[in-house]
Amino acid sequence: MTDTLSPLDLQIMWQRLIAVVEEQAQVLLRTAFSPIVRECGDLSAGVFDTQGRMLAQAVTGTPGHVNSMAESVKHFLDHFPCDTMQPGDIYITNDPWMGTGHLNDFVLTTPAFHDGNLVGLFSCTSHLMDIGGIGFGPDATDVFMEGLSIPFLKLAEGGVLNDTLMAMIRANTRLPIDTEGDVYSLAACNDVGCKRLSEMMSEFGLADLDTLAAHILTRSEAAVMAEIARLPKGTWRNQMVVDGYDAPVTLALSLTIDDTGVTVDFDGTSPQVGRGINVPLSYTTAYTVFGLGCAIAPDVPNNAGSLKPFRVTGPEGSIVNAIKPAPVASRHVVGQMLPDVVFGALRQAAPDRTPAEGTSCLWNLNVRGVAARDGGNYGFTMAVTSNGGTGARPTLDGLSATAYPSGVKGTPVEIAEAVTPLVFWKKELRPDSGGAGRHRGGLGQVIEVESRIGEPFELLAAYDRIDHPARGHDGGQDGAAGAVGLASGRVFQGKGFQTVPPGERLVVLTPGGGGIGAPETRDPDALAADLEEQLISDAGARAYDPR
Amino acid sequence: MTGASAPLGLAADIGGTFTDVVAERGHQRVSAKVLTTHDAPERALLDGVTQALDALGASFAEVAQFVHGTTLATNAIIERKGAVTALIATEGFRDVIAIADESRHAQYDLNIERNPPLVPRRLRFTVPERMDVTGQPLLELDEDALRQVARDALAAGAQAIAVAFLHAYANPAHERRAREILADIAPDLPVSISSEVCPEIREYERTSTTIANAYVQPLMAGYLTRLARALADRGCQAPLRLMTSGGALASIDAACRFPVRLVESGPAGGAILAGHIAAASGEDRVLSFDMGGTTAKICLIEDGRPQTARTFEVDRTARFLKGSGLPIRIPVIEMIEIGAGGGSIAAIDATQSITVGPESAGSEPGPAAYGRGGTQPTVTDADVVLGRIAPDRFAGRTLSLNADAAAKALNDTIATPLGLETEMGALGVTEMVDETMSNAARVHAVERGATLKTHSLIAFGGAAPLHAARVAEKLGLARVIIPADAGVGSAVGFLRAPVAFESTRSRFMRLDTFDAAAATALLDEMTAETTDLASGATGPLVQRRTAFMRYAGQGHEISVDLPIAPLTGADADTLRTAFETAYRRLFERHIPSAAIEILSWSVFVGAETEAPTPPDPVPPLPAPEAPGHRRIFDATTRSWGEVPVHERDALHPGTCLPGPALIVENATSTYVTARFDARVDGLNALILDRKTEAP
Repeated sequence: MTDTLSPLDLQIMWQRLIAVVEEQAQVLLRTAFSPIVRECGDLSAGVFDTQGRMLAQAVTGTPGHVNSMAESVKHFLDHFPCDTMQPGDIYITNDPWMGTGHLNDFVLTTPAFHDGNLVGLFSCTSHLMDIGGIGFGPDATDVFMEGLSIPFLKLAEGGVLNDTLMAMIRANTRLPIDTEGDVYSLAACNDVGCKRLSEMMSEFGLADLDTLAAHILTRSEAAVMAEIARLPKGTWRNQMVVDGYDAPVTLALSLTIDDTGVTVDFDGTSPQVGRGINVPLSYTTAYTVFGLGCAIAPDVPNNAGSLKPFRVTGPEGSIVNAIKPAPVASRHVVGQMLPDVVFGALRQAAPDRTPAEGTSCLWNLNVRGVAARDGGNYGFTMAVTSNGGTGARPTLDGLSATAYPSGVKGTPVEIAEAVTPLVFWKKELRPDSGGAGRHRGGLGQVIEVESRIGEPFELLAAYDRIDHPARGHDGGQDGAAGAVGLASGRVFQGKGFQTVPPGERLVVLTPGGGGIGAPETRDPDALAADLEEQLISDAGARAYDPR
Repeated sequence: MTGASAPLGLAADIGGTFTDVVAERGHQRVSAKVLTTHDAPERALLDGVTQALDALGASFAEVAQFVHGTTLATNAIIERKGAVTALIATEGFRDVIAIADESRHAQYDLNIERNPPLVPRRLRFTVPERMDVTGQPLLELDEDALRQVARDALAAGAQAIAVAFLHAYANPAHERRAREILADIAPDLPVSISSEVCPEIREYERTSTTIANAYVQPLMAGYLTRLARALADRGCQAPLRLMTSGGALASIDAACRFPVRLVESGPAGGAILAGHIAAASGEDRVLSFDMGGTTAKICLIEDGRPQTARTFEVDRTARFLKGSGLPIRIPVIEMIEIGAGGGSIAAIDATQSITVGPESAGSEPGPAAYGRGGTQPTVTDADVVLGRIAPDRFAGRTLSLNADAAAKALNDTIATPLGLETEMGALGVTEMVDETMSNAARVHAVERGATLKTHSLIAFGGAAPLHAARVAEKLGLARVIIPADAGVGSAVGFLRAPVAFESTRSRFMRLDTFDAAAATALLDEMTAETTDLASGATGPLVQRRTAFMRYAGQGHEISVDLPIAPLTGADADTLRTAFETAYRRLFERHIPSAAIEILSWSVFVGAETEAPTPPDPVPPLPAPEAPGHRRIFDATTRSWGEVPVHERDALHPGTCLPGPALIVENATSTYVTARFDARVDGLNALILDRKTEAP
């Protein structure tokens, strides 16, 4: 019946396929061990055709994962050709270059069979809390220091679990039970996807996904191309300097819009560096394309068709196309900055679509230390997700303490205190941190943390926008810079392991977003409301004074 | 029991537009529908009650039970018409509700806006104090600071106060002391404390819930007190009971203390009714499906009990998207709500696909077929074009539908741009909305570890009976039940709910260090407190104790039933086994070596639900001659066919009708597709059974 499918049938099946991957993601969300997955949604899930083209992606998930996972399935197919796949197989990798950018992300791909035939692949990824090595921070000087590397391997073959591999994984993490649980959770979510896909194909009488795939990809690509066609043609450039590890890093790009789509070339971007803030091209592509998608075609579902008109290149050996064995653990710090760079170029072609620069990179408190007297040096490891402000939007203020471009959720303080021996003395909005403007940047936060058990703990800092705050636009002012240090006065580096001694409070000021438009043009009522709400102080209000 | 000797039950459901009243005595049931009077809701309610009692020839004094559900609390939040509320929080945590979960409810939308908090920043105060996660004080409460803050709050115009300190669920001492001090300063100021309203871990949800309670408290307490007085004045001696979101009835005292429990109580009534029908019909697994003008609500029911959850969102501003509302953490009948109803508007998206909802034409201008100026095609318009609604028989003949206007709207927006015949455009709309609802049910089921194939569908609400058979086909379900009086389903459901209260408290305990004595003490204390709040429950009380358990470090808890007896050390093993079984059911495998912890505990105390009487078996009757026929376009065959049309009133218990058929009544129409046969059971419900061999 495949040949006779009407557009209506195909549309219904497309809807169903999106529901199938949403089910897949929900299973992962509910069963994951990694707190950053279960409390914060740091995951992604999708279904692919046998050529490795992503057909549907769960709405639940983070952009960095989704769009890099989209490419990763092609690498799985290179390693495990379709004709060798059998039911009950599960493939795994955490290769940063062919997976989702760092060793902490496990990608699992499971072939889906229907009536004995291979019909597609389910893939999912999530962030695991510990993969050995030096730990989750930017301090390693090559990828080998960053932990256990899992090449493309079979986690299960014909339904039989690879016990050797599981033992290796358990033996190479500080959190063996959680890590094993997360691997099972990833496997289970793909299983659910495979089962639902087969049920769906029975219901609709499908023997394969070819016609449906063609429909999804053609319609999506056409929809994105139609949006691109509304934009002027040409090439625009932008660059943005960020803090880097120990020296500033320039992120430069040219953005070309033509009849074939949008090409972003990171020519002119700084070379890769000696510490783990380098970005594999897959992850660069993921966030670049995410920025383009938000600004150009936010309503088109994400799949290989809607991604196709967007092309991303970068010089080999640059920080956005780092070459193995470059360290990459904290690749998100630079990767999450890329939408801002894209917006700055796109704004020249199409004003009023893009926000001013924001905090953009997550300001997580990656902490670890002694949990109890007999628990080893790293009895706890925790990523307390937190964020700064986003940039002002063309018609709206920025959002305070909100993740963008990342889609993760913040960690509740009470949960963080339940699983670490820390106490948070403060987690509050940071007045005056939003860049002044007709539309104000979002505010950052003030966070203060101390050990509850009188032991030191380590901060694995991976912050940016300390030396280079989010820039305002069109007369709007810059957002406040971020800062990290001790209440007693010592200033911490933005990146790297640093120890918080017992009795000392760690103080983290997350950055604010940039403003848009001259501050004196701000609606007086909005300004008065900000003052009444103490989002800006009387001193901060001076930025809005035309004199 | 029948006739005048049976106890008289009254139920009233105040909705945004209508107030429904049902009076029931034995098998006699009458209903009244009156317009809600927003300035003084009790006025319409009393009007409706008077009408219903008159119809029964009864007086207020004869009323034995009065059950009330209302959207007043929900609407106060949505319309931001509650009390000026101040928050007093732990120093350093002024912005818990503004920081919220730091996420965006729409990933790709650069222009989202946060739902504004119920308490603005200028009314959010903090005081030095701090508990740690185990409930040990790290910093004593600064009482002078609290007094100052209380005066500041009053000076700023606060009419209600919410106190939400960190880890107060683990030790409520500081919050209780704060309340005492507030009572000294302002004895009449209502105060809600988080350790009573929502003693559960996760500060954002707990604070948000406590604030919502404080925010609606003056309004609800005032209204309930006035209503109780008005009823007493009219000679009504029956105690007034309030329907809660958890599906149990609360006393007026409990409702005045915890009015947040009344939020979303209307839909709960529908689920209770569905649960009751499921139990009466011997259906252990049921999906209730309530489709109205704007939204569809879906609830899973097992063994007559609707699935419950511990959290939901009120006031989802952005197209019903998860995360766009305010979280409320209370026991709630778990329902998913999607923007799909009869008034949902159809459009074409960027991929040339048909979309339906969540925007709705509402009742003004309403669907194009209403002829009130609506030009955008809606689900109702599509149903009209497909022949499923008889235009002259809609809404009890109060409104004659204009089929041409419906066709024109569909042609202009959908069919012509896509190059389709009108009926295929209309079918595209109904198929997409049915698919959307089915998918929502599927994803919801997987979240709950259920497989839908064995469920029956119970459909009510104006639009559900038209779509139920097709939704059942898509979900592979074999039976659809359409109860009698589906239009006032919520109010009828209220009469089936038990008087009960449920409390939940967070208290960490690992199974490997299981402290049976501490757990027993906690549960006994909760039972005492809960029994108090369930006052008014008559007859033998039932108690349910539940532990919310998870693998240490995991994010979501699974509920495991606990024995109603002192726990012993051996119960750790029993609990482990029960948890692993529940976990496997949900997720197909368990994790053998992982530690298990209990995060929260819950106690339910209430009257035993009266076991519903199964319907008397009725001998099958042949289908009567159909008074008419309509041309209906079928979704499966995609062709027009002549379908017999029956009046539901004319179908007596036992009547069997082969599908396809259309069964019309005042409030709705039931479309029996060709894959189903229909019959009327002893409760006057329509039962649609899938034909053994699909045509």
